[in-house]
Amino acid sequence: MRTELLVNGVTRVVEVEPRKSLLDCLREDFSLTGTHAGCEHGVCGACTILLDGGPVRSCLILACQADGYAITTIEGVAPAPGELSVVQDAFCETHGLQCGYCTPGMILTAHALLADVENPSRAMIVESISGNICRCTGYGQIIEAIELAADRLRKANTPRDLISLSPRLGTPHQDLAPADAPEKGILEAADTDMPYGGAA
Amino acid sequence: MKPAPFDYVRPQTLSEACALLAGDENARLIAGGQTLMPMLAMRLSRPSLLVDISRLAELRGIRREAHDIVIGAATKQVEVEHSALVASDLPLLAAALPWVGHPPTRNRGTIGGSIANADPSAEIPLVAVTLDAEIETFDEAGAASMPADDFFLGPMITAAPAGGCVSAVRFPVWEGAHVGIGFQEVSARRSDFAFAAAAAQIALDADGRCVKIALGIGGVGDRPVKLDLSPLIGKTLADAAIDTVLRDAASVLEPTDDLHASAAYRQRVAEHLGARALREAWSDALQGGAAR
Repeated sequence: MRTELLVNGVTRVVEVEPRKSLLDCLREDFSLTGTHAGCEHGVCGACTILLDGGPVRSCLILACQADGYAITTIEGVAPAPGELSVVQDAFCETHGLQCGYCTPGMILTAHALLADVENPSRAMIVESISGNICRCTGYGQIIEAIELAADRLRKANTPRDLISLSPRLGTPHQDLAPADAPEKGILEAADTDMPYGGAA
Repeated sequence: MKPAPFDYVRPQTLSEACALLAGDENARLIAGGQTLMPMLAMRLSRPSLLVDISRLAELRGIRREAHDIVIGAATKQVEVEHSALVASDLPLLAAALPWVGHPPTRNRGTIGGSIANADPSAEIPLVAVTLDAEIETFDEAGAASMPADDFFLGPMITAAPAGGCVSAVRFPVWEGAHVGIGFQEVSARRSDFAFAAAAAQIALDADGRCVKIALGIGGVGDRPVKLDLSPLIGKTLADAAIDTVLRDAASVLEPTDDLHASAAYRQRVAEHLGARALREAWSDALQGGAAR
């Protein structure tokens, strides 16, 4: 059946069988293979995507059910080609990944958490990634990565209340800085490679 | 892990959905799909037609009606978890929700879906039975309603009408300044299926004496069970023989054996968790829910 999906800010029309999961549609029809197929029955969290900013397992929703939502995949979180989001960068720095299979799901889950909560406790981080299985790291470095990303986002020199993280996800290349964001040059040098600070 | 082929339709009204169900005995409803999708993927379920009710406005929303909180069947679990109305008027459900699946499944999973699925270890049916909620259903014959205790018949078996669906759950609100709640659960991993779970709600008078008490046990038998704790009515926390009363009341449980936990273990854990949930509820009520 004909389905219109809004993926990473771009509307795409696709012809899918009703039984096709959103996971398979993203991977096969759109070649967005960053969304990983793990258990394919809702246990492992490798296929996590964001639906209107909230983490959802893409193997547990049919492609034809997903119209009308803003879908964000791991391909939609970086500010520009070749760059990394703050969370991705933090995962690299703390060795928050080894084989990388769970990583897209972990990163999207972390993005959703940090969009809602500025200063999450360790318990909140653990709860938020409780549905994502990692068989390499033992989770320690993943939690550390999310703490580091939260810290950097807090320190980004941009008025936090002016910027909502979620609409930015999935809309790379767009200058969405609010009209009254600080002028270029006011930001700390270290912040300019961040999507929030850097956008101004 | 690919489902067998089926057709998909998203009706605009509940009556239309029921007509579609009535017209095809192999048709099934899908709302959040967090249980049905794995069943489809493993081909344990092979419907000919999926009728999607997840976006029906008439099945959505949380509202206060006189002495009840009514939650539409297709209301997402995450909406209930973060609802201020549920937190203030139905704190037991709010306390149980973090135990339901994981954040990503709660983003899609619905209240009515969990009720209709009737997993014996599920938390939402447990709270419904504990609080004597009414399950509202709808089919071609029209709307109907029945107590939660009559609705859950066994594991994944309910009294929902064939060709109909759960439309809402009506939870009674306990009024008063001294209402407390407690929720306890043991499972192999966080948010896994409960080996045993206990949900308790208690109302006290100004002197701390129990005027109303409810305790439900889930995960132990083939359906959630409400225990008779009437011997505790009129008692204060200091003079209530919680453990003794609970041991007697828990004799009605029919615990099941499986790979993960023996029947004897489940019985023992149920009694302990029940006592723990009751004490938690009691001290919560004494503080007027201030600690929540």
